[in-house]
Amino acid sequence: MVSLLDKKKTAAQIVANARSEEKMSAYELINGIFSDFMELHGDRLSDDDAAIVGGVAKFNDMPVTVIATNKGKSAEERLRTHFGCPEPSGYRKSLRLIKQAEKFNRPVIALVNTAGAYPGKSAEENGQGEAIAHNLFEISSVKIPVISMIYGEGGSGGALALACGDRVWMFENSMYSVLSPEGFAAILWKDSSRADEAAEVMQLTPEKLLEQHVIDGIVPESRSHKRVFKAVKKILQKELTDLDKLTPSELVEKRHQRFRQF
Amino acid sequence: MQLFDELKTLGHKHIKADKKAGEKVPSGMWIACPKCHQSFYHKDLGVYQVCPNCEYGFRITARERLKWLVDSFSEMDDSLKTTDPLKFPNYQKKLSKARVQTELNDSVLTGIAKVEEQTFGLGIMDPAFIMGSMGTITGEKITRLFERATRQSMPVVLFTASGGARMQEGIFSLMQMAKISQAVKRHSETGLLYITVLTDPTTGGVTASFAMQGDIILAEPRALVGFAGKRVIEQTTHQKVPNDLQDAERVLEHGFIDAIVPRKDMKKKLAWLLDLHSKGSGANG
Ligand SMILES: [Zn+2]
Repeated sequence: MVSLLDKKKTAAQIVANARSEEKMSAYELINGIFSDFMELHGDRLSDDDAAIVGGVAKFNDMPVTVIATNKGKSAEERLRTHFGCPEPSGYRKSLRLIKQAEKFNRPVIALVNTAGAYPGKSAEENGQGEAIAHNLFEISSVKIPVISMIYGEGGSGGALALACGDRVWMFENSMYSVLSPEGFAAILWKDSSRADEAAEVMQLTPEKLLEQHVIDGIVPESRSHKRVFKAVKKILQKELTDLDKLTPSELVEKRHQRFRQF
Repeated sequence: MQLFDELKTLGHKHIKADKKAGEKVPSGMWIACPKCHQSFYHKDLGVYQVCPNCEYGFRITARERLKWLVDSFSEMDDSLKTTDPLKFPNYQKKLSKARVQTELNDSVLTGIAKVEEQTFGLGIMDPAFIMGSMGTITGEKITRLFERATRQSMPVVLFTASGGARMQEGIFSLMQMAKISQAVKRHSETGLLYITVLTDPTTGGVTASFAMQGDIILAEPRALVGFAGKRVIEQTTHQKVPNDLQDAERVLEHGFIDAIVPRKDMKKKLAWLLDLHSKGSGANG
């Protein structure tokens, strides 16, 4: 399915929209797509990171595991989630729930909106790199479908850790990049004010990424959240039906090919 | 207000490893150790280029490391070249310079190595090749190394050194993390050994993928090992970060490194570990 983009937006506009305060929250999106969501907390080691929400739900009567990065709505929640930047414990929770989904043979839907993994002292001490690495390593061979949707920011390894499965879709107003345009401009041109220019060069828009086969499709957005939910549900239903036709080893092999091409 | 400061800076984060440590050692001069700040005559560093005071291993090119690490080596994929997927301005010039400086086609040297009786796949990242950043060819070479090692039932040893992603290759640099991780997983599933050796600096996307996926994770003394750069952490959290936060010794204390091995012992230690894991060394053959 290809989105019907009414008018062409610049990369900088898409970046602004992706980061907009108006973006729907993780919980709103989860409750719009799934019925009976039950949140499951904790990484079973030490912590429960608020920046990654996970749990079980029904999708058109089918049991699924849902994982979503969460930027929060209130000031308090935003501080607690570091504006949606997960701690290592968040990635350990997501991996725990993905392995649980594999045990019970239900698909995983990951909803991603994060500027990246949290760069903090405790995040370093608790092994941020190891936590992401372990996700990439394990998800590469889980025997259940993993479908990701980037609905706002898709920042670097922190986003990839939840977008390394069978399908990756992006909302029309979302971005996916190796680092922020500001960081990119600062490193390469020593001038973070050239972020808009960087956004163009980086090819971080859904359209560009679809051309490069980094993503599999674009979710059309509209003012009506209801309409967005409907579009997402239609896409998920089709993808799940298609992926269900594959044997577990075919599924893993196709996932392998998906990333091997890069 | 920390809340707003944090909001402002989270979008700006990027990784930058210690520039000073990358400066080339001028010959015939006194040089300062970037870790303990003592000065030494360059010849005092010896063949291993190690600080006589604190054992910090100075940054060396992959080919310099190869000289004292292996008994024999047959190089792989030395002519692959990046397609420059973003057609990034001045990137070709930067690549040419790095190729001359390191005698490599990209930021990793790969091949089949022999140490004592052990044959294995060996990768050595080069911190002098655009800060050891991970480009598509870096990823391709490492992936092919694992694929070949899997086919030929060989263990893999990988020396990591990286400032993180190759900005000039954008999202394609990021995709290497997933691509390599898959190859490491397949290698692992066949029961083969993978040893990583973290050298100064190992950061960003390399830390967040294959550097931390080894069955055994070794590090050189005082090597910087981390995910985010120190400056990024300080800008984001508005708190001072201790200087040794990302020293390998601290990372070991937190449980993410198996052992610190000085350069002079590396070859022997690797040979011993490879032998310990080789088929036929167990009681049941
Ligand atoms: Zn020293």
